[in-house]
Formats: sequence, C-alpha cells, structure tokens
Amino acid sequence: MDSKRLTLFAGHYGSGKTNIAVNYALHLAEKGKKVCIADLDIVNPYFRTKDSERELKEAGIELVSPKYANSNVDLPALPAESYRLVQDKSVYGIMDIGGDDRGAYALGRFADFIKAEDDYRFVFVVNCFRPLTSTVDDAIEIMREIEKAAGLEFTCIVNNSNIGKETTTELFLTTLDFVQDLSEKTGLPIWMHTAERSVAEGLSGLTVLPMTLQKKYFDLPD
Amino acid sequence: MAERILMKGNEAIAEAAIRAGCRHYFGYPITPQTEIAAYMAKKMPKIGGVFLQAESEIASINMVYGAAAAGMRVMTSSSSPGVSLKAEGLSYIAGSDVPALVVNVQRGGPGLGGIQPSQSDYFQATKGGGHGDYRMIVLAPASVQEMASLTIKGFDLADKYCVTSMILADGTIGQMMEPITFEDTEPKVYDKPWALTGTEGKRKHNVVNSLYLKPDELEKKNFERYEKYAEIEKNEAMWEEYMMDDAEYCVVAFGIASRVAKNAVVAAREEGIKVGLIRPITLWPFPTAAFEAAQDKVKAFISVELNMGQMIEDIRLATGCKKPVSLCNRTGGMIPGPDEVLEAIRNAKKGAL
Repeated sequence: MDSKRLTLFAGHYGSGKTNIAVNYALHLAEKGKKVCIADLDIVNPYFRTKDSERELKEAGIELVSPKYANSNVDLPALPAESYRLVQDKSVYGIMDIGGDDRGAYALGRFADFIKAEDDYRFVFVVNCFRPLTSTVDDAIEIMREIEKAAGLEFTCIVNNSNIGKETTTELFLTTLDFVQDLSEKTGLPIWMHTAERSVAEGLSGLTVLPMTLQKKYFDLPD
Repeated sequence: MAERILMKGNEAIAEAAIRAGCRHYFGYPITPQTEIAAYMAKKMPKIGGVFLQAESEIASINMVYGAAAAGMRVMTSSSSPGVSLKAEGLSYIAGSDVPALVVNVQRGGPGLGGIQPSQSDYFQATKGGGHGDYRMIVLAPASVQEMASLTIKGFDLADKYCVTSMILADGTIGQMMEPITFEDTEPKVYDKPWALTGTEGKRKHNVVNSLYLKPDELEKKNFERYEKYAEIEKNEAMWEEYMMDDAEYCVVAFGIASRVAKNAVVAAREEGIKVGLIRPITLWPFPTAAFEAAQDKVKAFISVELNMGQMIEDIRLATGCKKPVSLCNRTGGMIPGPDEVLEAIRNAKKGAL
C-alpha cells in the first residue's frame, strides 16, 4: 500500500482506530520511514495510543499524546506539539482521532493546514459487527456526522470488521459485500482491510494490514 | 443461532435494556459509563423512546421514580460519585415499592476519586446507600455478555418483586469489547395493578408514596417488605463455581476481579495447588448456600477485591467465620495481576498447612 504524508484515522468509537493507527505506524517504521503518531482522542480516556508507548518507542516512533493521557485525569485538552504533525513535513504523521463526531471536533483546528498541504488520507474505519454501524446507511450517517465536525471529507475506507478474539478468516470474508456496498454508495475507495495477524494470513487477493493486538490479563483462560 | 456482534460493556447494557422493553432512560453523564447515555441518545428517538439528560443525578433518579410509578420499565446509569447523589431517590423508590433498574459502573473513590475501575461501592450497593431499612438486588456482571443478560434479568426481577435492581459493574467491563449474542426473545410483561396509569373514572385511584406518619403502619410496611426480601434471598441467589469439586482453597471474586482470579486459579493448579473459585453473580442476595457447601471442604478462603476489603465481611458472615479468609486487593483504580492473586493463594496454603 502506498503512503501519504498524513494519515488520519477516524470512525465510530470502538471501530478499531487506535489499533490500526499503532500497527500502521509500526508498518511505516519498518519500511524505514520517520514516523510521528499523535493521539488526538479527547473523548475516551481508556484504551489509547499511549498504551502502546513501549512498542512505539522501540520502533523509533515519536508519540505525541495529551499530557494527562492514562493519568486518571479526564481532561480533554491537546498538547501544542500536535501541530508538529501538520507543520513538520519531514515526518510521516499519523493521527488517531477520537470516536464519532464528538471526537472529530479535535481535528477541526488542523483541517485548514491539512487541506492546504493536500498530501493526506482521511480514513473512515468501519467494523460492521459494531451495533451502530451494522448497516451501510447507519455507517454513512456516522461518517457524515464526523465529516461535519472535522471540517474534512473522508478520502477512503478501511474495513476492520471483527468480533474480537472469535474472528475467523471465513467470518472476515463475509464482510466484503458490506464494505463494497459502503464504497459504492459513498464513492470512496477501500484503501485496505485490517485484521489480526492469524486472520490476515488466510486473506489472499486483498490489501491487508496484519495487526498485532494487545493482550489484557483479564482475558479469560482458554 | 443469533448473530454475534462486538460491543462495549456499556453499550451492551443499553441495547439489552431496549430489548427488555425499556423506553425511558434518564441520566447525567459521568466517566466511565457515558456510552450508555450516548447509545440511548442515539437509539431512543428512533424507536419512540425517551432519552433525557437531566440537569443532575438527583433529577434523573426522581424522573426514574416517576416513570416507575407510572408502570414503565425505566432506568438510569451513573458511576460512583453520581450514584451517591442518587441515594435519596433510591431510598424513596424502595420505600414506595416500585421497580427500577440502576447501573453503577464503578470508579475509584471515595470523593471524586479517579476514573479507573473499582469495586469499592460494594457496601453502598449491598448494605444501603440511601437511608432506611431496604435492599436492592445487586447483580455483578463479569463479561460483556453478562452486562446484557443481567440487565434483562435485572428488569425482570425488579418487576417481579417491585424492587430496584442494580447492575454493579466497573470501568473495565464498561469499556472493554467482546463479541456477544442477543437471543430473539420478547420482553416479559408483568401486571402492575398499582401503577399510576389514569383511572378513567373506572377504578379507585392508586397512590405511590413512601410517607407513613403512623409508626405502627410504617413498621407493618417494613415487616411486609422484609418478607419480600426473604423470598428474594430464598429464590434469586446466583453464583458460578469454577474448579471447586476437589478444591482445598477457595478464591472468591466477582466482576472483573473474578477474571483475573480465574487465570490465577489455573496457574495455581499447574503448581499442584487444589484451588477453586466461587464467583457471586448476585451480591445481594449473597450466595450463602455456595459458602455453606464450601466451608467444610476447603481450608481457607481468599477474597479478591478492587477495594479495601468489603465483600470479605459477607464471606465471613456466610461461613460463620469457620475458616480463615484472607484478602488480596488493590484499590484506587488498580487491578491486581494474576501473579498477585497466585501469591495470595500460595500464602493461604502456607498459612493453612
């Protein structure tokens, strides 16, 4: 897959934006790119980019995250360094944006810079197994709300349909019609599909980003 | 089989409530349960329901009181400090014997505390919270699937006994995502002859009230209410046992702590320690029968809690202090790792040998 200088991930909350942003950053770094990832989530104080701080650091990826992320302070403020991504054109910038329209407001302040440079992908991440984006019409409704809040129109779709640990390659293949339909109705191309590594292995003929997901110690014993 | 969908715990509560026939939600936002309100705000207008963000927690619980008195399936949700604000309303609802569902997705306390997961409202949920002699049915989900199933169960129990059912969850289960299934079942409908539905001039008017100025009448009312509570204690206790058949040690944990504890039980078994787990699903009524069965079998209990040791008191009461009960706990938003629970199991073994 080709890369634009800026890649902005947005979508319904719980669609998988953060996992994709982190894995895509690691993917770019592997290819030798200088990468900076910004956590712009002002909505959800849990499960954020900063959880992957160690892996990102080891891969030489710079992380910009709100000062109070993961600190038990629920303060929706963004650091000034966030501008680094839009202004420093020597880095590949990745923005992980908070869920729904409420999260996308954070992008609004950067929208003019992003449009002026015009070297970006604004990615709509979708999981058709999420209850509020389980129909194409519902997904489009959320898509439009986000665009309105962000002041930016989506340029492509990423299919991240999954049901967590129970996802199989067969199940993933059943989602292709959904995302194809979404693509046709919106006129947006499917940039890629994303799936956990073992699921991704079985997918041939598709552009897939295989992902490594974090294991939590409150996962139940197998 | 019905389709698997991927949900956050908070969303599962909201969707389950809708499927249980709840069309009235009143609340006030607070982390880490805001997704419940957000989901209701999105869905209720589309299905002819009411979503109302009240001006405060106190207002929202009194709206619940009103809708419950009118015979509606109604709910509110909040997190620890917000539930404290609702305490007065909870007492009035209990004193009026109307059914309601209240969700507490707990965070660290006391006071404003923090926003990370906690189980430190165990006392508040099971021993009162509001004033007066009363009880609530307290359900403690340990998975996203149970967030859904216990919400539906909670509405049914509330209607059956005219009490409040409380879902006592925590920030982790509220936020985590798991695949779940909703069975295609119609909501149960209970007869509510006491409800304020308008007499149409055809019957004597109903009164929903918690005011009894004559002490003998109030006493009688409380006695009657406790007969109802005794029925609930007899019929509705729920728990899960895990590897208890040959267990010499018993870990006790509910909600998110039970998931960590299960991993520790598996690890301890690998070391040859015969340990099992009792997971109370109802915290009130406390599953006393499970402990009566276990107390002669095991050498010690280990209570794993995300608080300073609250359920441990109920374990001691349920077992009549026959066996030692030790505490393995973290608090303030911290969750013990399986290693910490494993160490507590090893220590219990050392102490009991």
